[in-house]
Amino acid sequence: MTRPELLKIEGISKSYPGVRANDDVSFAVGEGEVHALLGENGAGKSTLVKMIYGLVRPDEGKMTFRGAPYTPGKPGEARASGVAMVFQHFSLFEALNVAENVALGMENPPPMRELAARIRAVSEEYGLPLDPARMVGDLSAGERQRVEIIRCLLQDPKLLIMDEPTSVLTPQEVEILFRTLRQLSAEGTAILYISHKLEEIRALCDEATILRRGKVVATCTPREKTARELAEMMVGASLSPPERHPGEKGEVVLGVTDLSAPSPIPFGTSLKGVSFTVARGEVLGIAGVAGNGQDELLLALSGELRSGPDKVRIGGHAAGDLGPAERRKAGLVAAPEDRYGHAAAPDMSLIENAFLTGALRRGLTKNGFIDWAATKTFAEEVIATYDVRTPGSHVAARALSGGNLQKFLIGRELDQTPEVIVINQPTWGVDAAAAAAIRQAILNRAAEGAGVVVISQDLDELLEIADQFAVLNEGRLTKPRPVQGLTIDEIGLMMGGAHGMEVAHHVEA
Amino acid sequence: MDFGGINPVILIASLMVAAVPIMLAALGELVVEKAGVLNLGVEGMMIVGAICGFITAVHTGSPVMGFLGGAVGGAALSLVFAFLTQVLLANQVATGLALTLFGLGFASLMGQGYNGIKPPPTLSVPMGPLADIPVLGPILFDHDWMVYMSIALVALVWWVLKATRLGLIIRAVGESHDAAHALGYKVNRIRLGCIAFGGAMAGLGGAYISLVRVPQWVDGITAGAGWIALAIVVFASWRPWRVLIGAYLFGGITVLQLNLQAAGSAIPVEYLSMSPYLITILVLVIMSSGRGRAALNAPASLGQNFHAAR
Repeated sequence: MTRPELLKIEGISKSYPGVRANDDVSFAVGEGEVHALLGENGAGKSTLVKMIYGLVRPDEGKMTFRGAPYTPGKPGEARASGVAMVFQHFSLFEALNVAENVALGMENPPPMRELAARIRAVSEEYGLPLDPARMVGDLSAGERQRVEIIRCLLQDPKLLIMDEPTSVLTPQEVEILFRTLRQLSAEGTAILYISHKLEEIRALCDEATILRRGKVVATCTPREKTARELAEMMVGASLSPPERHPGEKGEVVLGVTDLSAPSPIPFGTSLKGVSFTVARGEVLGIAGVAGNGQDELLLALSGELRSGPDKVRIGGHAAGDLGPAERRKAGLVAAPEDRYGHAAAPDMSLIENAFLTGALRRGLTKNGFIDWAATKTFAEEVIATYDVRTPGSHVAARALSGGNLQKFLIGRELDQTPEVIVINQPTWGVDAAAAAAIRQAILNRAAEGAGVVVISQDLDELLEIADQFAVLNEGRLTKPRPVQGLTIDEIGLMMGGAHGMEVAHHVEA
Repeated sequence: MDFGGINPVILIASLMVAAVPIMLAALGELVVEKAGVLNLGVEGMMIVGAICGFITAVHTGSPVMGFLGGAVGGAALSLVFAFLTQVLLANQVATGLALTLFGLGFASLMGQGYNGIKPPPTLSVPMGPLADIPVLGPILFDHDWMVYMSIALVALVWWVLKATRLGLIIRAVGESHDAAHALGYKVNRIRLGCIAFGGAMAGLGGAYISLVRVPQWVDGITAGAGWIALAIVVFASWRPWRVLIGAYLFGGITVLQLNLQAAGSAIPVEYLSMSPYLITILVLVIMSSGRGRAALNAPASLGQNFHAAR
C-alpha cells in the first residue's frame, strides 16, 4: 500500500562545534504512517526531530511538508503547520495544573473552562483519562505523558513526533499508548517514533530509518527484520549478552527491614515499609516507573537519608543511623542516578572526583593531606580498566560524554573492593556497547562475592543481570522473586498495572 | 481615644502611607521572581527612582511627571541588571548586590545640589463628605492617589498572574525554563520584560518616598526599604494579596516604632526596627520546615540563569 507523502527530508546536515550531529540525512514519511527513527544515544535522532519541530535550524538541506517547502523558524510555526511533539524529558510544569500546561503548548488556547471541557472530551475519545484541574507534580509518569499527548492532539496534528515515549511506562501503559497511536494512525495522522527499543518498533512501526553517528545507514520495514538484525544495523557491530558465572550464594550482606522514610524531594515519594535482603554473590534488581521512590531508596541506602539503626544492616551490623562515609567504611558503595551534580562534581577533574568517594576505602590520604600521586594512580586505573574515553585524568567530569562519565563513576565505586554495591540507573543514557561493559563489570563484582542492588527502569537490563526481582510502587517494595520464570505480564502487574487506566479503552476491550 | 499617647486612627492612616513604597517595590520584585529571576538590587533601584523622580518633579513642577520619572529611572537601572544576567549570564545574586551598591552611590551623585529643596506637593484625592465619616474617613478616604493606585496595582498583578495568558507564561518561565524553551517561549526576553517591570515598580516606590513620605532629598533616603520589600516577597510566599498584608504589617511596625519613640516608650526602638526581619526569618523557618521549596511556593527556577545551548 502506498501512502501520499507527508514529510520529505532531503540532505539535512547540522554541525555543532566538534560534532557533526546530522550528515546528509534523507527520508520520507507518508500520511498515516508510523515511522521509526532508530539509533543509539548520540546518533543524531534528537537533533533531527528538533529541526523538524523548529527548535534547531539545519545548516544544509531542505524539508517538504504536504508538498510545500517547510522551514519552521520556531516551534510555534511548526505547530501551525500541523507538527506536534511529545518530548523525551517531559516539557511540563509541575506547579501548574493540567489545563494550564496544555494551554502553554497551544498557539491560541480557548478560555480555561472551554479548554478543560475539550481536554475531557479528547481524553475520553482516545482512552486517556485525565482530570484538567490536577497539579502535574502529583501525576504519575504515565499520566504526565498523557498530558503531553493530549496537548498535541488538541491541535489536530498531521505529524506527531514522539521522542522515546515508553521509557517511563509500565508494560500495560505501553500497550495502551500503542492502541492510541494505532487509532491516530488509522485516522491519518503520521507518527515519527523515536526509540532504541527494538521489539516495540517491530510491533508498532510501518517503516524504520536507522541512524548511526548522524548518518542514515539503512531504511527497512521493521516487521521483516529480527530484533537482532535491527540492533546490529543500529550499533554497527555484533553484540553479545553479558556472561554470567552464577556462584554460590553466601551469607546476607545487606538487610533492610521495614524501612520507612519521608521524601526530602519536592513532589517525591516516601518509602513505606521497604524490606529485602541481599546475599553475597546475589544481584537484586529493583524495577519501577520513575518517581515511585527510587531516588529515596538510594538515599536511604547510601546514608544520605538516615533511619533507625536496625532498619539497615550491613554485614550484620546495624547501619541505619550511619552517614555515607561511615557506610562506605562498613563496605557499602553507592552510585546515584544523576551523574552531573550528585554522583560527580561536574567542574572538578576526574582525579578529584576519584578522591571524593575513593579516599576512605583506597586510603588516599596521608596524615590528613590528599595523597595526589595515589589518587592519580587510582583515577588512571579506573580509566584504563573501564575503557573511559578521555584525553586524561586531569579533565573536568563535565567534559566527558554521559556514557563515558558513567563508566568512570561506576568503575570508581566497583574498584573499592566493596561488600555491597547500590546503583541507580547504571546504564541510563549510555550507548549499547558501554552499557554491556557496565553490566559485565557489575556481574563480575557479584561473582567475586559482593551483594548488588541495581535500581533501574530498564526491564530488559534487570532481567539480564538480576537473580532476584522486586518492584518499587508508590514507595512500597514488592516481595523479591527469582528472575527465572518471571513473565512480562507478571512484572507488569507487580508494577501496579496501568496507573489509573482501568477505564481506558474499555470500549474496545 | 489614645493608647500610651498613640491615636490608633492616625496610626492606621499613616501606616497605609508608610506601606506604599515597600508594597510597590515588593510587587515588582514578586513578578520578577515569578519569572525565575532573583534581583537583589531593589534597594538600588528604589533610591535611583527616588532621585530621578525628585529631579523630574522639581523641574517640571508636576508630581505625576515625578512619579513617571522615578519609574523610568528604576527601569533604566534594572536594564543594566537584565543585560548582565540575561545576556552575559552573570550570577544574579552578585549582580543584584552590586546593583544596590552602584545605585546608592549613583543616586548620591545625582542628588548633589538637590538637598533642602521642597518638591511640588502631592495632594489628597478629594472624596467630599466621605472623608468626614468618623474613624473610617481618615483611614480610607483621606489619602493621595498613589495609595489607591498601589492597591489597584496589587489587584492588577494578581489578575494578570492568575487569569491571563501573559501571567501563565511568566509563571511557566519561572517554573521550568527548559520546558518553556522547548515549547518555543523566549525565556530571556520574557524575563527581561519582567525585570524592567520590577525596576519601574521599585522606582515608583522610591519616588513616593522622596516626593510624599519625606518629602525632600537626602542621601540614603530609602534607608533599607528595598531589603524589606525583598523580605515581604518571601513572607508573602509569592502571592500578591499577601504582599499587601505584608506591606501593611511591616509598614505598621515602622510607623509604630516612630510613634513609640515620640511617645517615649520603655521598649527600645531597636527591637521594633529588627522585627520585620525577625518575622521574615521566622516565616521562612516555619514554611521550610514543611515540604521544602514546593511548600514555600517558590518558583522552581528562581535564581538560575538560562542558556539555550541544546
